[in-house]
Amino acid sequence: MKKKGVGISCNTHPAGMKGGGDPSQAQIRLKPDGTFDLLVGAVDIGQGSKTILRQIAADELGVPLEAITVNNFDTDIGPMCTGTFASRVTFMDGNAVIRAAADLKKKIREWAADVLEANPEDIEVADNKVLVKGSPGISKTMSEVGSMVNWGGQFLVGTGSFIPGAGQAFDPETGKMTAIASLAFGACVAEVDVDTETGVVELLKLVQVYEIGKAINPLLCKGQINGGAMMGIGFALTENYTPYYPKMDFAPTGLADYILTTAADMPPVMVSDIVEVPHPNGPRGAKGFAEMTASAAPPAILSAIHNAIGVWIMDYPATPERILKALIEKKAKG
Amino acid sequence: MTEYVGKPILRYDGIGHVTGRTVYVDDIQRPGMLYIKCLTSPVHKGVIRRLDVSAAEKMGGVAGVLTAKDVPGVNAYGMIPDQPVFTPEHIRFKGERIAAVAAVDEDTAMEALGKIKLDIEEQTPVFDPFEAMKPEGPLVRPEGNVFQFDSGKTRKIRLGDVEKGFQEADTIVEGKYTNSMNEHAPIEPQVSVAYLDEADRLAIHTVSQDLYFHLGMLTAIFNLHMNKIRYIGGTVGGGFGAKNDIHCDHVAGLMALKIRKPVKYRLTRTEETLYTTKRGAWTFEFKDGVKKDGRIVARQIRTIHDTGAYSGMGPYVVDKNSILVAGPFFIPNIWIDGTCVYTNKPPASSMRGFGIINGTSAEELQMDRIAEIIGMDPWEIRFVNAWRDGDLGATQYQVVAAGLLEAMKRAAELAGVELPARLKAMSSRRR
Repeated sequence: MKKKGVGISCNTHPAGMKGGGDPSQAQIRLKPDGTFDLLVGAVDIGQGSKTILRQIAADELGVPLEAITVNNFDTDIGPMCTGTFASRVTFMDGNAVIRAAADLKKKIREWAADVLEANPEDIEVADNKVLVKGSPGISKTMSEVGSMVNWGGQFLVGTGSFIPGAGQAFDPETGKMTAIASLAFGACVAEVDVDTETGVVELLKLVQVYEIGKAINPLLCKGQINGGAMMGIGFALTENYTPYYPKMDFAPTGLADYILTTAADMPPVMVSDIVEVPHPNGPRGAKGFAEMTASAAPPAILSAIHNAIGVWIMDYPATPERILKALIEKKAKG
Repeated sequence: MTEYVGKPILRYDGIGHVTGRTVYVDDIQRPGMLYIKCLTSPVHKGVIRRLDVSAAEKMGGVAGVLTAKDVPGVNAYGMIPDQPVFTPEHIRFKGERIAAVAAVDEDTAMEALGKIKLDIEEQTPVFDPFEAMKPEGPLVRPEGNVFQFDSGKTRKIRLGDVEKGFQEADTIVEGKYTNSMNEHAPIEPQVSVAYLDEADRLAIHTVSQDLYFHLGMLTAIFNLHMNKIRYIGGTVGGGFGAKNDIHCDHVAGLMALKIRKPVKYRLTRTEETLYTTKRGAWTFEFKDGVKKDGRIVARQIRTIHDTGAYSGMGPYVVDKNSILVAGPFFIPNIWIDGTCVYTNKPPASSMRGFGIINGTSAEELQMDRIAEIIGMDPWEIRFVNAWRDGDLGATQYQVVAAGLLEAMKRAAELAGVELPARLKAMSSRRR
């Protein structure tokens, strides 16, 4: 017999390494035609870091997106970045890009003060131009600026780096360790069907909401939410590297016997949304949230199984074997 | 004015990825490139009594063989560098690397591996961390099977007075939760291409998620300065934490340095599944003291993390888990002991969620069980305890820009759950 159940969960996730100490750097170079090369050390593992860092750079410089390339080719070119892990790239590299853009704007203003015969503080870098406040007639396009700077024998490069705090160790006795870059939050509702004869769980619906400070790119955030859910569903229901634990016999040898969630296993109804409580230190208020999208669904799904059939599965994953065993034990107890 | 932040802009290099124009490491071809295969341990635990690679070295089509003695720098890597590139003597997990062969193709390399004479004295392995923690259990590591933190055998988190909290509680709820080992399974498996470039620098095409983190480890293994290595990557086909550890770059780099020819070392999906790092298994024991109104006044948690044969990021993941395993809740009295145990499994290391997914999976079930036992709605118990701005977390950090209540209210709305007005009126800005 199929029985329906609903479960909820909530979660949180920090950005960056515990205790800080994981810097990122960025570099922006003005080219002779007024376009820019953004150099970062962050690896793009499919999450779209190049895309969001380019968005941030374009906004900060007030130039079209197309004017900015992003390069992270190698360690000769890319500045330092601890790495793409710990949901840290948006927060650390995003802030580094903001600082690099600010540095470059400052240098452009200083250059323009001479050329436009104005005080640097009266010069604005905006709308793909360099403008003098209160003097609408005096301006240079970014293309003119790039040409004049570079062919004039000058080299304007903005650099920026960000570290959420120097590395901080735990107090060995109390565990006191106060440095956390940001905390994002999540909430999840799962609806399941549990077949009491086969133990098979069918996920019917997943509602997920993440509070992430600011969505730099909502489309990529949605990608994270869907991808994370896929991994979370596997964690909850199928993925087990040691099926005969604690024996290591018959460990999975590939994707035929290590059972991942596929598109076909995703719930027919997926509802997701983003809520924004800006973080004071985040780039445009953004927090890091990528990893936490895998963590919300698992307990909600196991809670929904309990709601459906009245047994708590306390061991992940909730395979059909474990569910049937729990049902048999429940029946034996009466 | 341009404004791009907050807009659903298409991925910078997305079209290249989906049309096959993006060049991944396995797409790299170099003239005269050779292929590496590694001899790995067929047993879970043992001691190498004899290793003779001379027949493999002499075989036609073979360009070179590497063993532990061919490592010019430190034969160890990892966040805590304790895993040998090639084990010189002790085998601690099935699949541990013993030797590498570079040959004209992978089949020839495999054939050469078959010519290596290897005698191993097999020993009794231990796979269960609870067995490994027993004083009489088989030793995985000479220094003992329990990792020593600066705080001793456990990462200790102590906030308030947990015993006093239990005395003040109306109900005590206990629960034990486990989660198993997981494999990352990114689409792009582990692979590395290495060669000496025109300036005689060692060039390595990598799938690393952490170029600078790994560059530091590689300089120690190769005994080279950072600017003698051109570490090329930046765009990889999925990682999920699998590429936070080096799996191929050290071997490919050592081979290129030794034979001065371009080499490729790529793992098959089977090799990757069997022998590379995993998400480690975990056990959580919760004991909570709860008031009738749902407030958790004391939370005691013991965690046992199975990190496999080498540290990987095990001790670090225990640290990170310990910070947040008590959940996004204001609990005045918290007592956590996090343990990291070595077993003869493949090394556990980072994976998406990095200790937090494990902790959340247990802690949130515990919250539901508390709600059931005290007869409270599962939404309400979370609302009552949720962090507000300025609350203290387990390690005494002050919560800034809290947003749990806002996320939960929106989730209830989208799920069609009508929350009582007293919950709807709650805000993360005030308690």
